[in-house]
Amino acid sequence: MTHRTGSASSPRFPSPYDIKAPEGAEGWRELYPYFLLFQDNRKAIDEDKFWFCDSSHWPQVFKPFDATLMEYAVQTLGQFNTRHYVIPPANGIEFRIHNGYCYMSPVAVAADKIADRVPHFMERAGHYFENWDSLIANWDTKVRGVIAELEALNFEPLPDLVPLGDVTGGLGLAPTHGLIATYEKAISLAFRQWQYHFEFLNLGYAAYLDFFGFCKEAFPDIPDQAIAKMVQGVDFDLFRPDDELKGLAKLTVQLGIEDELRGEAKDVFERLGQSAGGRTWLAAWDKAKDPWFNYSAGNGFYSTDKVWIEYPDVPLSFIRDYVAMLKTGKNIDRDVKEVVAERDRITGEYAELLDDDTRAQFGAKLGLARTVYPYVENHNFYIEHWSMSVFWRKMRELSRLFVQAGFWEDVQDMFYLRRDEIEVAIADLSNGWAIGVDPTGPYYWPDEITRRKGIVEALSSARPEPALNRPPEAITEPFTIMLWGITSERLEKWLGGVQGSDITGMAASPGLVEGRARVILNANDLSQLEDGEILVTQVTSPSWAPVFARLKATVTDIGGMISHAAIVCREYGLPAVTGTGNATAVIRTGQMLRVDGHTGKVSILPGENSAAD
Amino acid sequence: MMSESLYTLNLRECGGKLELVGGKCQSLGDLIAAGLPVPPGFAITAHAFKAHLSHGDTVQDVKACLDGLDHRDTSRLDAVSAEVRHKLETLAMPAEVEQAIRDAYEQLCASVGVPDLPVAVRSSATAEDLPGASFAGQQDTYLWVIGADAVVDKARQCWGSQYTARAIAYRCEQGFPHDDVAMAVAVQKMVNSKVSGVAMTLNPANGDRSKIVIDASYGLGETVVSGEVTPDNILMDKILLTTVKQTIGHKHVELVPDVTAGKAVIREVSPERQAQSALSPAELEAVARIAKQAEKHFRCPQDIEWAIDHDLPDGENLLLLQSRPETVWSQKPKASTITNSQTGMAGILGTLLRPMQVKTEAGQDTGKTGKDGGTQ
Repeated sequence: MTHRTGSASSPRFPSPYDIKAPEGAEGWRELYPYFLLFQDNRKAIDEDKFWFCDSSHWPQVFKPFDATLMEYAVQTLGQFNTRHYVIPPANGIEFRIHNGYCYMSPVAVAADKIADRVPHFMERAGHYFENWDSLIANWDTKVRGVIAELEALNFEPLPDLVPLGDVTGGLGLAPTHGLIATYEKAISLAFRQWQYHFEFLNLGYAAYLDFFGFCKEAFPDIPDQAIAKMVQGVDFDLFRPDDELKGLAKLTVQLGIEDELRGEAKDVFERLGQSAGGRTWLAAWDKAKDPWFNYSAGNGFYSTDKVWIEYPDVPLSFIRDYVAMLKTGKNIDRDVKEVVAERDRITGEYAELLDDDTRAQFGAKLGLARTVYPYVENHNFYIEHWSMSVFWRKMRELSRLFVQAGFWEDVQDMFYLRRDEIEVAIADLSNGWAIGVDPTGPYYWPDEITRRKGIVEALSSARPEPALNRPPEAITEPFTIMLWGITSERLEKWLGGVQGSDITGMAASPGLVEGRARVILNANDLSQLEDGEILVTQVTSPSWAPVFARLKATVTDIGGMISHAAIVCREYGLPAVTGTGNATAVIRTGQMLRVDGHTGKVSILPGENSAAD
Repeated sequence: MMSESLYTLNLRECGGKLELVGGKCQSLGDLIAAGLPVPPGFAITAHAFKAHLSHGDTVQDVKACLDGLDHRDTSRLDAVSAEVRHKLETLAMPAEVEQAIRDAYEQLCASVGVPDLPVAVRSSATAEDLPGASFAGQQDTYLWVIGADAVVDKARQCWGSQYTARAIAYRCEQGFPHDDVAMAVAVQKMVNSKVSGVAMTLNPANGDRSKIVIDASYGLGETVVSGEVTPDNILMDKILLTTVKQTIGHKHVELVPDVTAGKAVIREVSPERQAQSALSPAELEAVARIAKQAEKHFRCPQDIEWAIDHDLPDGENLLLLQSRPETVWSQKPKASTITNSQTGMAGILGTLLRPMQVKTEAGQDTGKTGKDGGTQ
């Protein structure tokens, strides 16, 4: 995207400097670091830029600590464009938090600087494409290494006395020193993992885009989903957690222990431990859960996301769904052979339309796109799900120490502190311990956390503006279009406001269905979904795949052509319209919808049940 | 299933049997064999014609009329032609031939579920003795033929058409014997179109062969072909068979058959129906599928006419009426439209340096491409 904004008379989104915070959110700016905020003395600079709300990754208001991962993710995204591969036309993406939501502004390279960057890009990115497989193997080792280091971190309560061994060994250090070091290490490991996250990702998208652009020229108006289907593979780690659930469901039926799976997880596990069949099942569960149930019900970015391994009720309910399907004779397996056969048919039929030279180019570009694509899908499990699950678990271990020391009541309360304030709280705890007095935290944090909870709640009561300031004349920056689904047309629609019941988005996965809408704004409400409903949500997570078998279609507010929502829906053959911008605002639970995954149109049908729940 | 006799044959069985059922019926049979749904019907075979000719003294009478004829004497030619045709058309058929035709017609009516089903009766030449005897070409054609008596009558008239002045003259010029001709007849259900239109297996706006363009309107297809209505215009992807763009046309009138009058009448289309797509998504896919199938069968881009029939059950009611080669784009040399043909890093660099223009698929201005190109 360029920073040439539209003419002065063209319509524009509100300036962040003019948007009032919702009532009750006074003081919200203290929740986030200064550099994530629009500052008054930068008004001229920041008002000159166009910002869009990234609600695909951050649909909910940030709790102060949760902003850390956003900062790391967007910083490292930029770092690889700007400093590693020197992507000729694109630097990073600037980011801000405004009224609790995340806004982004891609930074273009000045036209006269682009040529100088080309040789660097060719050498650096060229090396990665040439050595893709060996570098990916190296990545795997690094990423698993970080996860192991995270797992090894230990937050232990401060002992009454320094261990005798430390004294007699002449260590000369207190465990407080270890506490702050362990916290800093956890933060540093998370930062490292986000670096690795983007080591390959932008290059992967670039190769995908090259094939995408080629197809759009060779076959004008080719549906995006046709391109996705040609590139998409079948056997991905991202689908492993769901496959493991299916395996456990089959084992349940095989062992004839369906009835023993009823009720809450802790009771189920206790019951299963008492029979031979149950113990066989538990052994299979234990084998599957690490690493595959380090799978977040959300997208891994929020401290509130429930991770299967910590909330076994979530995967257990999915397993019960699968068992019920098996009992009615349904096939729950993805038909991998059919997916491959269809992919080959589609690829073959398009290739057949080209002359020999063009077909060779098509083959080469497709080959490269297919090489990079597994990373585009799989990284999500390793970083967002597995690594972040461990990270959040460790942060909760730390919070538990504070709970024991009376700083706050609930383990989740720590996330109302900024990451720098946690260091300060550790200092407070250490001080009290060292001096032999109560720390100050218990007198300070409970009231402050209550105040902050009120602010977050107030911010959450308002929906974010989809964008800020004057949009550029045309959006042509490929990543913005592909990943966020932000196109000139979309902006026009947003500026035009919501008109009637007209909801259009990207035709992400084909199929035409009618059904009852279920609007879900929080991953933790997924259990409200009933069979045959149409899921309407801001954005889906890959870990929602197990409920897809029960759905008729999915409609999302945000999501580009190769967003996770689109990928997973295609994989599961679920009609989907993504990136509507307004579906959750317009549609009410209970309304009857027609979803056309061929054209990207969603219609609210006049019907008996159009009242909101 | 219609019974097969020496004298009639279901169109489904007619593939590859040129001498028995003639070019028209053979090509219909070939299309059915290729999965292309033509209107149901049967052939009256060349054996039936032969039997009719061998009936009594007919052969001798015809031979007598034609012997020594100077075909350049046009008034004499016309008189002889009229005499021969009158003989053939008034002569009673052999009983077993007539019965076979009546049986085949009754079975056709029963299979559609419409008694006295209106049919089209057309001649189907068995030899390449007349130029233009192809699927598209026609000799005698009788539309809105209703009832077994009428079918028998029109079949005889088709036989008589072997002795038009033009046909006689042609055989004289080519030196073909007059008594060695054979003739089959095609009897097909009259299409009772709920919706009809045309389709082309490429995008006529830019020659893109990965697309199929469909024009669709209510009633019989003449309104679309003549340009009397603005039909719905749909651009489909040929490989995925999904809709890429759709423009709803005005379709303000429709041509519907008036069976008693034996002709089509024009009727207003209500505003509600005008605003709707004439075809359901499933029907669109089915039309695209047969267009694609026709292209595969004929091995070149096709321009087809199709109809959705009122009388036939869902799933069997889409009919292919005509298929002919597309001529404009098919004859142009292919020009590569690729601006970034480099592969590997050079290709990626090219992509990154080029601004991306992407429209969302459900944009407001759909259909412009297809409409300009038209499909007529």
